Amino acid sequence: MAHITINGKVVKAHEGEMLLAVIKRLGIDVPALCNHEAIEPTGNCRLCMVEITRPEWEGWKKNVTSCLYPVEDGLIVNTHTPELLEIRKTLLDLQLARCPNSELIQKMAEEYGVHETSYIANVEGDNCIMCYACTRICEVLGKSAISAVMRGQKKVIAPPFGEEPVDCIGCLACAQICPTDVIPYEDKDGIRTIWKKKFELVTCKNCGKTIVTRDFADYLIEQRRIPHEYFETCDDCKRLELAKKMGGLITKAAEVAV
Amino acid sequence: MHIDTPKKLEQWRRDCRKRQDSLKKKILVCLGPGCLANGSDKILDEFKKVLKDKKAKDVSLEAVKKTGCHGFCAQGPMVVIEPGGIFYAKVKKSNVAEIIEKTLEKGEIIDKLLYSDPDNGHKYTDYKEIPFYRHQVRISLRNCGQIDPDNIEDYIARGGYAGLAKVLTDLRPKEVIETIKKSGLRGRGGGGFPTGRKWESCAQIEAPIRYVICNGDEGDPGAFMDRCIMEGDPHSVLEGMIICAYAVGSREGYIYVREEYPLAVINLQKAIETAREYGFLGEKILGSDLSFDIRISRGGGAFVCGESSALMKSVAGEVGEPRAKYIRSVQKGLHDQPTVLNNVETFATVPVIIDKGADWFVSIGTPKSTGTKAFSLAGKIRNTGLIEIPMGMTLREIIYNIGGGIPDGREFKAVQTGGPSGGCLPADKLDLPVDFDTLTKAGSMMGSGGMIIMDDRTCPVEVARYFLEFLVHESCGKCVPCREGLLQLYKYCTKITRGEATEADLALMERLSKTIVTASLCGLGQSGPNPFLSTVQYFRDEYLAHIRDRKCPGGVCRELIQYVINDKCTGCMACLSVCPVGAISGEKKKLHVIDQDKCDACGSCHDVCTFAAIDIK
Ligand SMILES: Cc1cc2nc3c(=O)[nH]c(=O)nc-3n(C[C@H](O)[C@H](O)[C@H](O)COP(=O)(O)O)c2cc1C
Ligand code: FES
Repeated sequence: MAHITINGKVVKAHEGEMLLAVIKRLGIDVPALCNHEAIEPTGNCRLCMVEITRPEWEGWKKNVTSCLYPVEDGLIVNTHTPELLEIRKTLLDLQLARCPNSELIQKMAEEYGVHETSYIANVEGDNCIMCYACTRICEVLGKSAISAVMRGQKKVIAPPFGEEPVDCIGCLACAQICPTDVIPYEDKDGIRTIWKKKFELVTCKNCGKTIVTRDFADYLIEQRRIPHEYFETCDDCKRLELAKKMGGLITKAAEVAV
Repeated sequence: MHIDTPKKLEQWRRDCRKRQDSLKKKILVCLGPGCLANGSDKILDEFKKVLKDKKAKDVSLEAVKKTGCHGFCAQGPMVVIEPGGIFYAKVKKSNVAEIIEKTLEKGEIIDKLLYSDPDNGHKYTDYKEIPFYRHQVRISLRNCGQIDPDNIEDYIARGGYAGLAKVLTDLRPKEVIETIKKSGLRGRGGGGFPTGRKWESCAQIEAPIRYVICNGDEGDPGAFMDRCIMEGDPHSVLEGMIICAYAVGSREGYIYVREEYPLAVINLQKAIETAREYGFLGEKILGSDLSFDIRISRGGGAFVCGESSALMKSVAGEVGEPRAKYIRSVQKGLHDQPTVLNNVETFATVPVIIDKGADWFVSIGTPKSTGTKAFSLAGKIRNTGLIEIPMGMTLREIIYNIGGGIPDGREFKAVQTGGPSGGCLPADKLDLPVDFDTLTKAGSMMGSGGMIIMDDRTCPVEVARYFLEFLVHESCGKCVPCREGLLQLYKYCTKITRGEATEADLALMERLSKTIVTASLCGLGQSGPNPFLSTVQYFRDEYLAHIRDRKCPGGVCRELIQYVINDKCTGCMACLSVCPVGAISGEKKKLHVIDQDKCDACGSCHDVCTFAAIDIK
């Protein structure tokens, strides 16, 4: 256990865990756009910057991204210095210039007093804030079907060579983790389309509801040893079945499920 | 031949020197990038051809040597005849026979081929007396232009691998690190981090494997110091790396070379193979316990790949994107193992420090920036080329004594150092000494050694806009302040050059720059606003002239200038015929007039006028 001081208060934390995790646990409001517990931090959005110092630094301080900075015993952290507030405000203002139509960015910027971007707004772009959450979650699944390609303003998230991603299994993790909802997909007539690739959908044998794509089911059966019966029925029907088995609760559970 | 003891190396060195001395005359033909572009390879071939056909007295075919860049690119193609350092400038293929006949056979100097000082017409025979060379001190460039990079004997004869032999026989790894620390050597790749301390941190970390990497990415457009060392003296880089490997305990090294430098790759590859053959690389180097080998890794040529963490990712075959360096790469570098990364020039300097001692190195330069630094001089300067100066020399000495000043009778306006994310310094900073800390304090930086000189017809806003555009393209695009912030700075600079910006915009740019500097993930973003910040610091009045008066004092920004014909016009019709939009009217021998509504300020008329009859307003 390490002891660190955050905004004047001494708190306990695990040596090596990232500062942002501790800050969040304490309920301190530090914005973060690219951080997510399921994925490795990369520090793209820079919003989570905090000021750190140590007694032996003799007054010297520095700003670091808390999502990437590991807890060290004795660290003194400040999360809301005037400089940090200015940095966050500017960063959100810049994000708003890039994605003027993103509701999430609008809301976050609003909280920092930015109602409209101070900069020259990008009128054509989409709402991708280039946080890499999608590519990182895909990597966690061992697929890396999409990645960030090109440089600078031209940087986009795309499958290799801009073609149908060979390794994509249509799991939707990328679309679901995306904070600004910019990854489109469609489920229609038993087919899912994402990244321009089409997938056969597995449906519930009882109610016909979509469960997962055939490729994702195969992946989970093979790689994660999930029994294949699991993909015969949807979650709701599974619950119903369980309830039935439990006798006395039948009526009530059925009501809930419907 | 395998050299397996330092003693054998010394024996071989004596043999090499004997062989070199037996060549009574040497003809050094520069095949550096500048001379090559002017056809020096044809000159080399011609020398070989003529000498093959004709048996010249005292001159053998081996006497003709191709070399790497000799430095004075503005005077290329150049040929140097040794002994005597006879320097022939702007040589043509047709001069070759005459050079052989007169200079080589009869010892006569060919006057018309000598370099003559444009100010006083003085002609120099020995290049070492030419002001361009006279004020230089060459350490990292010691062999460039002097040896054939493919011939290891040339390198050996000039003291090559003596530093390596010395560390293997006389010094323990710790002592090598102490020597480098004592020499005060700081990284030549831009950051100026003390090299000895870097090596020490790496050596102290327990790990099964450590790597040594040489950064040959050289992303600054216009800079070519590292290229010339890799092309012209590859063994010096290898020797520096091997010494480092011994000091930190590494078995594996990489040289990261950008794709645009194919000759550097070829020459380094050849040098690596030769070094293996002679026992300078591989198992049991020079018979010692040291085993180390080097591989070349080719980079795609992105500017950001020169940044240390991006470079290591690129070497490992991943996308070259920087990462946060809260854990330093000396601890966790390539493949997460402790890694020393140094610049080409840094490594090339190491063997000399070992050979001549730390005290000797400290005696050159300034107390906090010891030794020398190579620069490439470019832009509005007479003597463009590759130079190396002792640290602490002033900008004025570099630009006027070595660089020969500003051509075409124009005035100096600014000097840009530090590459695209460096800064511009104005005339009243010309007496600043060039060292790491002074340049940084003045709002620029040493960088890897690009130096661009600008004359009075330069617009600082346009300069900032130009470099920002480069950085916007080269930003890896991962973090917000760099990707979006630099883009905004670029957009606002464009607005200013068009006369569309307000003073509030300028204030916004200055505020934004602060965030970009503190919040960016890597050095590119952290120094990215420099082109803007340094120009607005020193040329604020010109920014304001664009904004308030819609005028470009430098006469560059098209939307803000007018070309007007004055009464010096002789009516020669030259401008009239080059104007692409037909904006000029007039008759022969009568004053011409420019129709301002049609004119799009391309400047063609101004360039073609020989009577100074077109003013820029
Ligand atoms: C954007 C960026 C580009 C860089 N490009 C180069 C380069 O082309 N060559 C180089 O030697 N160092 C470059 N550097 C510096 C390296 O990160 C690193 O500090 C250096 O190679 C270390 O070697 P040194 O200590 O010998 O200078 C660059 C740094 C940044 C931030
Ligand atoms: S959450 Fe730390 S940089 Fe985005």
